[in-house]
Amino acid sequence: MSTKDQVHEDVTIRFAGDSGDGMQLTGSLFTNTTALLGNDLRTLPEFPAEIRAPQGTVPGVSSFQLQFGSRKILTPGDECDALVVMNSAALKANLSLLKKGGTIIANTAGFDKKNLNLAKYPEGVNPLEDGSLDDYELIEIDVNKMVKEAIGDMGLGYKDEDRTKNMFVLGLLYWMYSRPLDSTIDFLNLKFGKKKPEIADANIRVLKAGYYYGETAEIFSSRSQITVEQADLEPGTYRNITGNEALVLGLVAAARKANMPMFLGTYPITPASDVLHGLAQHKKFGITTFQAEDEIAACSSAIGASFGGSIGVTSSSGPGIALKGEAIGLAVMLELPLVVLNIQRAGPSTGMPTKTEQADLMQAVYGRNGESPLLIVAPSSPADCFEMAFEAVRISLEHMTPVIFLSDGYIANGSEPWKFPKESELANINVEFEKPRHAEEDEPFMPYRRDDRLVRKWAIPGTEGIEHRVGGLEKEDVTGNVSYDPDNHQKMTNIRRDKRDLVANNIPEQNIDQGNETGDVLILGWGGTYGSIKTVVHQLRREGMDISHAHLRYINPFPKNLEKLLKGFNQVIVPEINDGQLVRLIRSEFLIPAMPINKVKGRPFGVSELKQEILDLVGEETATKS
Amino acid sequence: MSVQTLIDNFVKENEADLTALPDYSGKDFSSDQDVRWCPGCGDYTILKQVQNAMPELGIAKKDIVFISGIGCSSRFPYYMDTFGMHSIHGRAPAIATGLKTSRPDLTVWIITGDGDSLSIGANHFAQLLRRNVNVNLLLFNNEIYGLTKGQYSPASPKGMVTKSTPYGSIDNPFNPLALSLGADGSFVARAMDRDPKHLKEMILRSHKHQGTSMLEIYQNCIVFNDGAFELFTDKKTRPQEAIYLEHGEPLVFGKEKDRGVRLDGLKPEVVTLGDDFSKDDLWVHDEQDSTKAHLLSKFFEHPANGEGVQFPRPFGVLYAIDRPCYDEGVVAQVQHAKETQGEANLDALIQGNETWVVK
Ligand SMILES: Cc1ncc(C[n+]2csc(CCOP(=O)(O)OP(=O)(O)O)c2C)c(N)n1
Ligand code: SF4
Ligand SMILES: [Mg+2]
Repeated sequence: MSTKDQVHEDVTIRFAGDSGDGMQLTGSLFTNTTALLGNDLRTLPEFPAEIRAPQGTVPGVSSFQLQFGSRKILTPGDECDALVVMNSAALKANLSLLKKGGTIIANTAGFDKKNLNLAKYPEGVNPLEDGSLDDYELIEIDVNKMVKEAIGDMGLGYKDEDRTKNMFVLGLLYWMYSRPLDSTIDFLNLKFGKKKPEIADANIRVLKAGYYYGETAEIFSSRSQITVEQADLEPGTYRNITGNEALVLGLVAAARKANMPMFLGTYPITPASDVLHGLAQHKKFGITTFQAEDEIAACSSAIGASFGGSIGVTSSSGPGIALKGEAIGLAVMLELPLVVLNIQRAGPSTGMPTKTEQADLMQAVYGRNGESPLLIVAPSSPADCFEMAFEAVRISLEHMTPVIFLSDGYIANGSEPWKFPKESELANINVEFEKPRHAEEDEPFMPYRRDDRLVRKWAIPGTEGIEHRVGGLEKEDVTGNVSYDPDNHQKMTNIRRDKRDLVANNIPEQNIDQGNETGDVLILGWGGTYGSIKTVVHQLRREGMDISHAHLRYINPFPKNLEKLLKGFNQVIVPEINDGQLVRLIRSEFLIPAMPINKVKGRPFGVSELKQEILDLVGEETATKS
Repeated sequence: MSVQTLIDNFVKENEADLTALPDYSGKDFSSDQDVRWCPGCGDYTILKQVQNAMPELGIAKKDIVFISGIGCSSRFPYYMDTFGMHSIHGRAPAIATGLKTSRPDLTVWIITGDGDSLSIGANHFAQLLRRNVNVNLLLFNNEIYGLTKGQYSPASPKGMVTKSTPYGSIDNPFNPLALSLGADGSFVARAMDRDPKHLKEMILRSHKHQGTSMLEIYQNCIVFNDGAFELFTDKKTRPQEAIYLEHGEPLVFGKEKDRGVRLDGLKPEVVTLGDDFSKDDLWVHDEQDSTKAHLLSKFFEHPANGEGVQFPRPFGVLYAIDRPCYDEGVVAQVQHAKETQGEANLDALIQGNETWVVK
């Protein structure tokens, strides 16, 4: 097929290469350029857990996928239209993700005997030559040679030359999808310009070489450039943002709107470390970061800071959250604010650190000793991390209680365009400390006296006349003294539970994201599955199905109207990237036969697979009814 | 405009007038809670000396915080009429680090036991000393797990028979002072419950020191490990078995002050003063000498086991030097960023470097 200036509604591309080939950077730069053009988009970076897995091997492959389009884009795409492979291992690892008829851009230098061996192709087999790729459009380029031709005269060392390879394919893809080079050129000048102008120059030359190659090379004569028009996004000013970046900004914004110092106590772990890296840069906003010796100390230090009147925050992923458990329980008992960030990854144990999963929900709800109710919020997309981080801080401060923020590797590292708010549009968070008592005749301070929301006062050291002791032993109601009285323990257990439940009055009611308020089928999701579910439900509705979508962002407590909403549907289906956790909560809480759709492959739901699963379940239901 | 938070304002508004502090007595630091240790427990005298030392700190009561872990000893904060937190087993150093780093205006004390700080919390204990957070740590060492009713601890001597070691412990114990010096502690000292005067002096020295002050206190658990330190605490044996360190003074001990420790190169040696050796030949204590502090910390043989020369157990300040405190460094970085990085403009931060407009 050869048409001039093809216009596509959406395109999915995937860059894949060795972890040393700079595929993540290439993907991010393509993303930025694409965002600036006004396309909607979603990204899926996928990289090995090892920093330098053996070069040229399949485990060492690093990939970056993005879908962009002129329509609303909510997922990084199921299958790719174009796949860039820098070596044979990248092809082997990613070919299954390419559409039949899709385009492969292969760096032939990565398909020499050595690379084919490393990728464990059988002796004598070269997929570029054996006809196995006949179903695809194969574009072979010796990128190494092209680079040599472009900058060989600059006298850079082999290493510096080799490192520019990714710019060639980036330039080529810019040509293929009609994108300008300027944002990337600005980036390269900013990154290398001052210190290593020759490196900036070399990269820019290779980038342009890739672009011009597309323009002039014979291979492309049969086809023309592809255009993807601006997406019809809501008017406003946008930026591109990843989930972890949005989370950091949400925390900084909440600290500002509460006019409070923030203290992050943390210990590095994938995929949560970027929260530490990000917050560590924002000291001028009154933010302190503390890299502790382990997660127990990290969480404990945040509790110490919170006792002193700071916003105590602690961040980690599943294994670290397990270690924090006892300290989180202490915060429940002390009734102090504490924000616990869990950027979930595939488990159990060390699991798959760089792969996504939503399997820590039960851990968040129940994973501590004793009855220790707390609050749980879950962002539904990269940009939503901003609002939910802000919310986590707000309800933690307003209700003097720990809040767990459940993100996951997919939304943490994935990105999307974000119509960001202005500071003036964000609500203030009001914090009031207990007042000093100077006079003898003042009523004595009671640390566990509560208001009508069952919230106690934040009474911080340094306040005269309210010296008091708190601790992990059961508290006597009102006085906070140690108590082993049976009735008191019952009472305090109930109070802590009711206090959690009353937060439902201070969070939004559950809305229907798409579809009718009552009807046949409701898809109930939470967290990072938002984009896939929304896309599928949109398609099914267009196809005439009576189906709606609701997405939980507040999980503990549930929004007040959730029960009524769920009971307005004949069938409730809960898709999750775990083995069935929210679905169990929903069943036990509301006694409805909600059905699960589960997958744990370290990746988000593909749109077509989710659609099929839903169709199967709905069909089953209809079949059993008739 | 640099960020002034509620806490900045709070600290300013609530700053105590140190020239007009109430005329505190020890009793003012006693809370309304009944003290619940076993009768005769060494914790009582320690509590009393801490309460007696408080008025001499020159700090307003409202600015003092006691943070403990778990154990008999860790019930301590409930009995102090200051701010306090009885936290979780072993983690008090981490909680105190978060508190002190975010509120350097407070005077923070950590109360911990030998199990709390040398077993479950040994990591935090060592990290605290390494960082040199400006807090005071009182390690109540009774060489036993008191609260859980008498199992051996990482401080119990080899061979000790306890509920969990019916055939005698085969664990090599920690030497808490050597451990502290090894972790680069900037203040390392020892005291005992049965010498309250010296104990109070050491509590006050701990407070004066800028940085983590590690004061180990030998504490008798009358129920599960009675007499563990009797050699040092009994007035009859103490002169022979204990040596009190004084900065700038020679290492002299003995009932008649007739014995001393001398250094032969780096080898310590106990000598009798008289014809062969005079006071001038003895090792003169220097709190700032880390090599000598390490040697002193090794005066740790368990007297009951030994044949041959027994070194007396040192009490007092083994080591005290000035080095930068972690909390000050953290505060300085935040302050520097606030002062030098221009306005903390949230809109600019949220907006980032690249934006586009959809019309
Ligand atoms: C996580 C945890 N593990 C175990 C315990 C049980 N426990 C309480 S105190 C203690 C030992 C305390 O010994 P030590 O620190 O020497 O204090 P002491 O009672 O001797 O003063 C233990 C094992 C606990 N409370 N928490
Ligand atoms: S068990 Fe021992 S340490 Fe605990 S209170 Fe009784 S005497 Fe004191
Ligand atoms: Mg003990």
